Parts: sequence; C-alpha cells; structure tokens
Amino acid sequence: MFPYIIRRLGLMVVMLTLLSIVTFLLFNAVPTDPAMLTCGKSCTPELVAANRIRLGLDQPLYVQYIDWIKAIFVGRTYGSGTQTFPCNAPCLGYSFRNGEEVTVMIKAALPITIYLALGAFVLWMVFGILSGIYAAKHHTEWQDRVIMGVALVGYSLPVFFIGLVLLIFVVVRLHLLPYPDYVAPQTNPVQFLQTMILPWISLAILYAAYYTRLTRSQMLETLSEDYIRTARAKGLPESVVVRKHGFRAGLTPIVTSAGLDLAGLLGGAVITEYIFSLPGLGRLSIGAVTEYDLPTITATVLVAATFVIVANLIVDMLYAAIDPRVRLS
Amino acid sequence: MSVATENEGLPSLDVVVPEATREQITGRTLRQIAWMRLRRDRVAKVSVAILLVIVFLAVFAPVLCGLLKVDPYTFHSEVISDNGGLPIGKWGGVSKAHPLGVEPGTGRDILARLLYGSRISLLIAGSAALITVVTGVVVGIVAGNSRGWVDKVLGRFMDLTLAFPVLLVIIAMSPVLEQRVVAAGVPDGNTSRVITLIIVLSVFGWPYLARLIRGQVLGLREREFVEAAISLGASNRRILFKELLPNLWGPILVYTTIAVPGLIGAEATLAYLGISVLPPTATWGSMLEESVGYFTVDPFYFCVPLTMLVAAVLSFNLLGDSLQDALDPKAGRK
Repeated sequence: MFPYIIRRLGLMVVMLTLLSIVTFLLFNAVPTDPAMLTCGKSCTPELVAANRIRLGLDQPLYVQYIDWIKAIFVGRTYGSGTQTFPCNAPCLGYSFRNGEEVTVMIKAALPITIYLALGAFVLWMVFGILSGIYAAKHHTEWQDRVIMGVALVGYSLPVFFIGLVLLIFVVVRLHLLPYPDYVAPQTNPVQFLQTMILPWISLAILYAAYYTRLTRSQMLETLSEDYIRTARAKGLPESVVVRKHGFRAGLTPIVTSAGLDLAGLLGGAVITEYIFSLPGLGRLSIGAVTEYDLPTITATVLVAATFVIVANLIVDMLYAAIDPRVRLS
Repeated sequence: MSVATENEGLPSLDVVVPEATREQITGRTLRQIAWMRLRRDRVAKVSVAILLVIVFLAVFAPVLCGLLKVDPYTFHSEVISDNGGLPIGKWGGVSKAHPLGVEPGTGRDILARLLYGSRISLLIAGSAALITVVTGVVVGIVAGNSRGWVDKVLGRFMDLTLAFPVLLVIIAMSPVLEQRVVAAGVPDGNTSRVITLIIVLSVFGWPYLARLIRGQVLGLREREFVEAAISLGASNRRILFKELLPNLWGPILVYTTIAVPGLIGAEATLAYLGISVLPPTATWGSMLEESVGYFTVDPFYFCVPLTMLVAAVLSFNLLGDSLQDALDPKAGRK
C-alpha cells in the first residue's frame, strides 16, 4: 500500500507539471501577442511595450514559464525600478485588468464555488442513488419506467435550462425567493440559503439524472450475480441483500464518477454561477475570458485541472477501501 | 492421402441430428442477434423514425421552405407590434404564413430559421462526433495493442486531456483558435466559426472513447484469432484494423449514438454563453439563446427550438440505450 501511494504521488507531480506546461502554452503561445491583451481598448503602443516588460513577456517562453512556476512557490516581483508590484507566494500572476493579484481573486471566489459544489453534491448523491436503487428494485415495473423516463428527460435538457426555468418561475414570476444576491453564510445565513437553494437544486437535478441511471445499471448488474441468490437463499432480509451485497459491490464506478464530478465542479460551475450571478470561480473565469485577462484564465484553468488530478488520486485510494477485491500494487 | 479416406468408417453427422433440431440451432452472429433485438424494440424504432424526420427536415430545408413560402432571413414588420416588437396574435404569432410564429423584434419566420438552424447544429455535432470517434478509436486501438511506453504515454495524455475544465478552455480558446483558422486560409465569417466550433468540441471528447476501446483491446489481443494472425506473419496494421477493429463496432456504435446528443447540447451551451455562429445565421443553440430573453413574454418562441433540440437529444439517448441492450451478450438471460 505505502509504496503504491508514493508512486502515485510521484506520478501526480509529473502530471501536474505537464498540466502546467500545457496550460501555460495554451494561453501564452497560442495568442499572437499576450501583451496586447493586457489593456484592450485603452492600449497605446507605449503602454503595450511597458506592460510587456513589466510582466516579463519580452523574455523567451521557457524563461516566462520558469518564472511563472517559481512565483507559485516563492512569489515574485513584477516590474523594476520605482514601479514594482510585489506578488507573494503562492503567486499565480497579476491581473492588469482588475489591478489585483490573481491569487487574491481566486481566494475570494473559491469558497462560493465550494459551497455550491458541496451542497449540490450532497443533494444529487442522495437523490440519484436512492432513486437508482429504487428503480433497480422495481425493474420492469412501472416505477422503474417512470424514474428512468424522468431521468432521461432531465439528462437530455440543455444544461442552462433547469437553472433558468427555476430562476424565472420561482424568483421572477412567483416571487417565492428574493433575487439571488450572494452573501457569506457567516454574515447572513438566511440570505445565503435563499441565494444558494436554487443553484443547488438546478445542479443537483442535472447530476442526479445521470447518477440515477448509473446506480440503476450498476444495481441491475450486481443483483443478477450468483452471490446475491446465495445471500437471499441464506434468508437475509432483502434490505441487507440490496445494501450490503448489491450496492456495496456496484459502488466503485459511482465513487469514480462522484469524485471526478465533484472535482470538476470545484473548478467552477460556469453555467450555474453565470445564471445565478454567484461570484465563484466559474464567474471569475468567464469574466476573465470576456476581458481577455490571460493571467486569470491561465490560473483558473490550472486550479480547476489540479482539482481533477488530485481527485483522481483520492478516488484510486478509495477503491481499496470500498472494494476488498482491489489490491493496490 | 486424400481427405475422404480420413472419414471412412465414421457415421455421417447428418444422421445423428434430426432435421427439426438442426434448424433450431442455426448459429446467429452477435450482429444478427443485435439486429433482431433492435427490430423488436419499439422505443428504438420510434427514436430512429424521429431522427430520420429531423435529418430529412434539415437536409431538405431549402426545398421545404420554398414550398411553404417562408424564408429565414426576411424581416416581417407587419406581423409584430409597433411598440415592443412582440408578435401579433396568440402563440407567438402563429398563422398560415408563419406556421411556427415569428421572431419578436424582427418578425423573421421561426419555422424557416429552425429548419435552416438544424442543418448547422447537425453539421457541427455530426462532424465533431466523427472526428472524436475516429481519433478515439485510433488512439484506443494503438494504446491497447502496444505494450510498454506507448501505452503509458497515451494513457497519461488521455488523463491530462480529461483533467481540463472543458467548457472554460473552449470559451477561452475559441476566439484565439478562430484567428489561427482564418490565418490558415479559411474564409472569415461563419465558415471559420463553424470549423472552430467543430475543432474545440472534438478536442476533449476523444479520450473517453479511447479509454473504452483500449480496455476492449486489452482483452481481445490475447484471443486466439489474433495469435493466429501474428503467427501467419500479419503486419501490425493488419492486426489493428482488420483483426481488432471489426470486433469493436458495438462499443463504437453505442458511443457515437451517445456522443452526438452530448455535442448537440454542448453547442447549445456554448451558444448560451455567446459562442455561436454569426447572425443572421441560426442554430438550435443560438435560437434558444435569443429566445431566452423573451421567455416571460413570448414563451412559445423558446419552446420551438427547445422541443426540436430535446426531441433530437432524447431520441439519440434512447437509441443509444437500445443499442447497448441489443449488443449486450448477457441481455435477455437475466
């Protein structure tokens, strides 16, 4: 077990390095001139030239990359002479568009995305798994058909549809909730919940549809195994058979999907944050994209992808805990 | 020694098996079984019918619009109100001249825009699916059949591609990529826009299929027929594409049917975030995006592209499920 973890950690470092290189190249080598993008319409040739030097964009690409990575660990100072901006570690860059360190902006946005993702995660796992198990238990009966029909329709709707319809009906038409306006939970817990409930529900519906399908197919697969018949023949109560013998054995793919989906969401639920004006990572990155704020885009992509790579590792570790048939070696 | 002498003295097999039984045990290939199951599957038949209708509508959009005397680009100020520009009449201005109503603000015919929009939506989703599937299959077969570092490198590459926040990278990359597409000599405008959309949608889908195919190949490559081919001196390429590929049609087919609706949805999502074809050209996604703003005052406008999109996506998903059941060797024995 222990050597396996060490090896996986080593591999993760390699992956993160590759990831940072690809991300860096994607946003620094592909655009024709990153310095042009620091000021947009207010650009003058002098300003572009000055920004190019301030941000180190006049250096060769590999030097820029090394500076960028170094800054994450030890921080850096932009510019030279009298005009300098210090950027403390972990420094992910400096956003000229917002006149702020990218790390500071990400730190402000991350909690909102975490609340959003975790709340939705709990909802969709509970509903998805329960309805999946229920459908599998009633396989070929009407309950199964109804649940699968609803799940398939939910699965087929455009991503933004559910959030938008909830917003329009619950808030705009029926005035059941005030218009979403995010506050931190410690400031005003009631307003926090009022703002988050619809985003949680709309994300949860979207994912629950998928998890219902996944859980059901897993359960049908394991419930047809011989050892289930043995368990029933032993006279075990049906609930124990379903829970301990069926569900437990079919859990691995569900955990994989859950880990990766949660990690993906932690990188920013772009559409949901956009619809409900939640100032999370997704909104931050969309804003950065529309403003061509390259340092912010690069940093948010890096952060989001890091979540997924770390989640990959955690999921693989969890396998061994869930499924004794899996041996880590 | 002739072959005939070897069987001398042995009873003919025909005598042992009675006529009736022999007919019953006629072997069916997996493909025949799958086809038979599909033909009995009502859901699959309905889905295919709906999809055929949608494709027919898209392909013959100019002819149909000509017959109905509607046009996707002409403004009709006479059918919208002077203040606010909402369609005159119930149901978003449905009339004989405009069977699905008119667009608020411009009075353009919604049916014509929907039919022409289908062409672009299906073109984008179809092309992206084709590129995704071909790339995924080739990478998956190569990774699965090669041992050692090639497999490892390709595997890591797949993990890396899957780690990226797809939507974000697509939105961030599209404008930059379009510049490159134009620089490569593609005419600027909707041609470059559609090509860019197809590229960005293809980049992130292939690793899913590649993983699936790799897993299948890992099992297949140990089978006797591959060993036989190797001992007969077959080239690597022959083994990959003549021996292995024909055994992979099942998963490829299922994946394709599920990939297309995903891509149709992705196009709509991108359109909602402002990345779509240039007006006045329409897609299902761009129509949804435009109609969202009128949802409270003219919900019918929103419902038209939504119905079309959901019908297509739902049919593809249902067909995918049916195909999966039909191709599952274990199905029907439970």
